[in-house]
Amino acid sequence: MLAEYIPVLVTFLVAGLVGLVMVLGSRLFGTRARGRIKMRPFECGNPPSGPARQRFPVKFYLVAIFFIAFDLEIVFMYPWAVIFRELGIFGLIEMFLFIAVLTLGLVYVWRKGALEWES
Amino acid sequence: MAELAIAAAKSLFAVISALGVTAVLLWIERKGSALIHDRIGANRAAIVGLLPFNLGFVNTLLADPIKLFTKEDFVPEGADRTLHALAPFLALVPVLVVFAAIPFGDVLRIGTREINLQAASLDIGLLYILAMVSLSVYGIVLGGWASNNRWALLGGIRGSALMISYELAMGLAIVAVVMTYGTLDLQAICRAQGELLFGVIPSWGVVYQPLGFLILLIAGMVESKRVPFDQPEGESEIVAGYFTEYSGSKQAAFMFTDFAEIVVVSALVTTLFFGGWQVPYLHVSGFVLPGGLTLALPHLVVAALQVASYLVKVLFFCSLQILVRWTLPRYRYDQVMALGWKRLLPLALINVVATALVVVGWGG
Repeated sequence: MLAEYIPVLVTFLVAGLVGLVMVLGSRLFGTRARGRIKMRPFECGNPPSGPARQRFPVKFYLVAIFFIAFDLEIVFMYPWAVIFRELGIFGLIEMFLFIAVLTLGLVYVWRKGALEWES
Repeated sequence: MAELAIAAAKSLFAVISALGVTAVLLWIERKGSALIHDRIGANRAAIVGLLPFNLGFVNTLLADPIKLFTKEDFVPEGADRTLHALAPFLALVPVLVVFAAIPFGDVLRIGTREINLQAASLDIGLLYILAMVSLSVYGIVLGGWASNNRWALLGGIRGSALMISYELAMGLAIVAVVMTYGTLDLQAICRAQGELLFGVIPSWGVVYQPLGFLILLIAGMVESKRVPFDQPEGESEIVAGYFTEYSGSKQAAFMFTDFAEIVVVSALVTTLFFGGWQVPYLHVSGFVLPGGLTLALPHLVVAALQVASYLVKVLFFCSLQILVRWTLPRYRYDQVMALGWKRLLPLALINVVATALVVVGWGG
């Protein structure tokens, strides 16, 4: 059972090695030329006008919250999707109730205007 | 011990073939875009003195990494040095490990040994792939955050919101596929697609799930963050988005991630909807055509045909995505969010409900 995951481990090692080479490559082989102005963050040629890590619209937080709610519900559907042939009509009705709740949530979010980016 | 060696060899093959396809894709992208733009494209890389003639893509494939690895490793002032180095690593590695679970052929028999041509025969292969593809978003967010650059931050935030939004539609499209085949094992899904519908049509997933195929392809193209969905790195808006402050091999890692994601999406679409390694009418013993015509083939030829079929299909979908990328203009950000939440998500829900009704109605 667990032996099936040995290839996954090997793949992680190989991919990790590739990633390490990519991250360290330029540090090992690259040229180096420092300058005070050169090290500034790039803002199309102008000096940076203030700190970069500033506030950003709350809509992105909303997207993240909706994602967690909907994604969890979708994950619940995977076990059902595998065995729903055995569950038959009972499983179908149970899951349709679940999907109805999910759809209601989407309709509520939509009607509330939380999916609008222009407002 | 031999088992372990075979497992290691299969994993190595999975990752290295993914890297190889990705590298070839970089060249297809440069030459393909040149073809579409009516210009010559990458033709300057020639090893003068050693090779007077132009070897085309071999030279480009050699020259590009040499150039990128000898660039300065630039970290802007005020950046978080640890996270700045960690971000490309976190973006690239999860995408590469996806290939462990994707079958690239049926069982290969050498002597008495049977080798399943899939690096890791996981019975939860699809969940593993979804989990790894989701992890890649951390690289984008951290890259944008660590750079101390407002364009990078904007790109990182845009990218994270975009990728998680389309993951919902992607997850639901895959739920419908799982319902059709009743398993999360990708090799089992591939085998199920070898049967014939009405004795003529290969029962590939796209026949049962045409809508799911379109949703997965579109959502997958968003995950690879390329035009028309390249808001996280839109050059004309936010310089280069989350990798504005990256150079040399770290920037190459991000670029490689995008291209590897194209390969992941193509491999997933091929496996779930286009039969994976299946060749139409090819059985274990050779071709059996619907008319009753048969053509016996040795086992090694059959296995080679199947692996070749998988690679051809993957390359076809890669090329399709590159064609789309050089054909369409970029969406506005609100348009692309609306497409994800207001079009694809409801469509995917309807697809799941319809699939459930059809499967139960058919007497599953």
